[in-house]
Amino acid sequence: MDLLAVIQILDSTFRLATPLLFACLAGLYSERAGIFDIGLEGKMLMAAFSSAAIAAIFGSAWFGLAAGIISALLLSGLHGLASITFRGNQLISGVAINFLASGLTVLIAQYLFQQGGRTPSLSSDGRFEPITLPLADALAIVPVLGSIYSELLSGHSLFVYLAIFMVPITWWILYRTRFGLRLRAVGENPAAVETAGVSVHALRFAAVAICGVLCGIAGTYLATSLQAGFVKEMTAGRGFIALAALIFAKWRPWAALWTCLLFGFMQAVALRYQNIDLGIVVVPVQLMDVLPYLLTVVILAGFVGAAVPPRAGGEPYVKEH
Amino acid sequence: MSHDPPAIELKSIYKAFGSIQANKDISITVAAGSIHGIVGENGAGKSTLMSILYGFYKADQGEIYVKGKQILIRDSQSAISFGIGMVFQHFKLVENFTVLENIILGSEKGYLLTPALNQTRTALYDLGKDYELNVDLDAEIKDLSVGLQQRVEILKVLYRGADILILDEPTGVLTPTETEQLFRILRRLRNEGKTIILITHKLREIMEITDQVSVMRRGEMVGHLNTPDTTPEELAEMMVGRKVIHNISKSPASPKGTVLQVENLNVVDDLGVERVKGISFSVCAGEVLGIAGVAGNGQSELLEVLGGMRNGTGVVQVSDQQLDLSGPKATGKWRRNFGIAHVPEDRQREGLVMEYFAWENVAFGYHRDARYQKNPFTMDNSAIRKDAVGKMGRFDVRPRNPWLRAKNFSGGNQQKIVVAREFERKPNLLLVGQPTRGIDIGAVEFVHRQIIALRDQGTAILLVSVELSEILSLADRIAVMFDGRIMGERLPEQTDERELSLLMTGIIEQGHDPAI
Repeated sequence: MDLLAVIQILDSTFRLATPLLFACLAGLYSERAGIFDIGLEGKMLMAAFSSAAIAAIFGSAWFGLAAGIISALLLSGLHGLASITFRGNQLISGVAINFLASGLTVLIAQYLFQQGGRTPSLSSDGRFEPITLPLADALAIVPVLGSIYSELLSGHSLFVYLAIFMVPITWWILYRTRFGLRLRAVGENPAAVETAGVSVHALRFAAVAICGVLCGIAGTYLATSLQAGFVKEMTAGRGFIALAALIFAKWRPWAALWTCLLFGFMQAVALRYQNIDLGIVVVPVQLMDVLPYLLTVVILAGFVGAAVPPRAGGEPYVKEH
Repeated sequence: MSHDPPAIELKSIYKAFGSIQANKDISITVAAGSIHGIVGENGAGKSTLMSILYGFYKADQGEIYVKGKQILIRDSQSAISFGIGMVFQHFKLVENFTVLENIILGSEKGYLLTPALNQTRTALYDLGKDYELNVDLDAEIKDLSVGLQQRVEILKVLYRGADILILDEPTGVLTPTETEQLFRILRRLRNEGKTIILITHKLREIMEITDQVSVMRRGEMVGHLNTPDTTPEELAEMMVGRKVIHNISKSPASPKGTVLQVENLNVVDDLGVERVKGISFSVCAGEVLGIAGVAGNGQSELLEVLGGMRNGTGVVQVSDQQLDLSGPKATGKWRRNFGIAHVPEDRQREGLVMEYFAWENVAFGYHRDARYQKNPFTMDNSAIRKDAVGKMGRFDVRPRNPWLRAKNFSGGNQQKIVVAREFERKPNLLLVGQPTRGIDIGAVEFVHRQIIALRDQGTAILLVSVELSEILSLADRIAVMFDGRIMGERLPEQTDERELSLLMTGIIEQGHDPAI
C-alpha cells in the first residue's frame, strides 16, 4: 500500500470521524450531567435537514449552521423538559425525539421542495468549503511530510478542525472549571449539588443545551460539508455509533477522540476498499460496511471491560425529605 | 449561660403534607454555643423541622429567628448564608471525587478550579488543625471509612462558614470508637463557640453529649429539658408517651439439641475478597446466639450464605442435615425446606418488594404453600389476604390495610410485615439481621419481644446486629466478629460494651473460648 493511499484513508477518517466526535462530545456533556440521551441521532438528523433547507433557501452556509443549531437546541429543550422538569423516562423521550426527527424532516422537506423528501443540492455558497492551510500548496512537493501536511492536515472543512479542538476544550471545561466540577457532580450525586446550594435543574438544562448545540453542528456538518444537501435518514445511525463510542471512551473526552477516530477509520476503509481480496477469500463490501456497527454491538455488549456510567445517569432528580 | 441572643429561635412552626400534620405549633430556642438534642421516634417530625430550617421546605406558618433577627429561609443557599449548615444522615458526597473537590463543590469562589483548590487546601488545613478534623484531602470519598466521610461533611459545613450545625442521626453508621471521636469533635466545636443541633433517637447519646434536649412526639413538641436534670427513662417516656421497658425481661434460655452447626465456613465476595475466614460455631434450639461486630466485618455475608443468597465453602448442618452452600440447592427456597426463616438485614431490598401490596409481601417465599393454592395452577389470593390480615393484626402492623403497598408503611411497620411472615411458621432456625435498624422505639420493643417469644418456643436464633445494646439484651451467648473471624465468645452477663467494642475493633483477641 503506498503512502498516498494511507494518507487518503486517514484523510477520510478525519472527515468521517468529525460528526461522530461532535455527537459523542454532545452525549458526553449530557450524560456526565446524568441525562442519558439516545436522541443524539434525531437531533443530528433534524439539524442536518434544517441547515440544508435554510442554506438552500438563503444560499448561505452560515444561516444553515444557525438553523441547524437552533433546531437541535429545540429538540434538546424538549428532551430536557420531558426528562428534567417532568421527570419522565429519558430513554423514552430520546426514542420519541428520534422518531419525531425521522418523520418531520422528510415531511417538511417534501412540503418545501417536492423532491421526494430531500433538499436541493447545495451550491458552494450553501456549503462549508475545505480550508487550505497556509503554504499547503507550496509544501506539497516536499516528500512525505509535505504530502502529509497538504493532503492530510490541510483541506478540511472548518468543522473538522473545530471538532478536534473541542476535545481539549471539553477536557478543560470538565476538569478545570467550576462548571465542569458541578456538571460531573450532578451526574454522580445530584443531592450533593442540591445541598451545596446549586440548582440541579439549571445545571442539567445547561448540559442538555450544550448537547443540543454540538448535535446541531454535527448535523450541519453532515449536510453542508460532508455532503451537499439533506437526504432521508442521512445520519445512518451515527448518533448510536457516537453513543457506543462514548461508552467505549468511558465518558472521557480524550478517549472519545480516539474511539471516534477508530470508528471513522473503519468507515473510511469500508468506503475505499469495496471488496478486499485476501487471495484465498474475498471480503465482501457488505462485511466492511457492517464493521462499525458490529463493533458498536460488541462494545455495547460489554466486551470492553466494565464501563461505569455516571452514577445518577438516567434517574430523574427528586428532592428527598 | 451566655447573654448572647439564642442561635436559633423557632416560633409556632406549622407544616402539613396533604392531610398529615408533620409539624404542629413547634417552638424551640437553641442557645448559642450549646449542644441541643432533639429526640423523637421515627416520623415524629424532627427531620421535617430541620428541613424547614435548612430551606428544603417552607413552613406553612411560623417565625424563624437566627441570632435574634427574624429571617426568611428560601432555599439551602440562603440557609447557608445565615450560617446554618447541615450534616445529613445519608451523606451528600460525590463518591469518585476527592475530599477537596467535595468540599469546594458549590462554593468555588470563581470560575476556575485550580486557584480555588489551592486556596481551599490552605484554609482546610487550618480548619482541620483547629477542630482535630484530619482527613487526607486528596483521597477519593469511596476509599474513606464512613467515619471519615462524615468528617468531610462536617468540614464542608464549616468551610461554608456555618456556626450553627445540624446533625441528623450522625451516629447511625458509626462504630463506637468513631462515635467517641465524633463527640470529641462536637465538644470542641461547641467550646469554640459553634452551636450544634443533634437529631437522634439514641437516648444514651443525648445524655452523654447534649446540654439541652427537646422531645418531639407526633409532630408536636412535648418538652424542653436541661440534660443534667433528666434521665433516659424520663425522655423515653416523653417520646412514646408511655413506659418503655428497655431491658427486655426474659427467662434464662433452656437450650436443647444443636440446630445449626457451622464448621470452617469461608465466603469470598464478587470482588474476590475473603469476607468470612473459616469460622465455626453452633446454635442450639431455644437459644439466641448474638453476632456482634462493626458493620462490614463479614456478618452480612455470613447471614447471606446461611440464607441461601450467596455461595460459600465449608460445612453447615441444620438439624443434622447438610446444607448446600453452592449450586442449585443453595437458594432461599431450599433453605425454607429445612425450616429456616430469614429476616434479612436490608428489609427494603431483601425483605420486601416495596411496590407490592402488604398481603403479597406476607406470602412471598411461602406462596407455594398448599393452603395458599386454589388448584394446581392458581393461587388462592383471598386466602392469602385473609391470612395477611390476621398476621397484620397479631403483629400489630399499622395501618392494618393489606391493600397498602409496602413502601407506604413506616420502617417499623415494614419490619413487622417481614417478622409476621417469617415468625409465625415456627421455624427450626431463625436468621435475623439488624432487626431494629432505623425503626422507632415502640416497634423495637415489639420485635424484641417476638424474638424472645420465638426462642422460648424452641427456635434456634442467630441474631446479627451492630447495636451492642440489642445484642446484650437479647442474646444468650455473644460471638464477636472482626475481619471475617470470630474474635471470641462471651456470655452477656459476664461482659460489657467496653470489652465487646475492644473485640469488635480487633484490639483484643481470645485464644480459646471458655464460654462454650
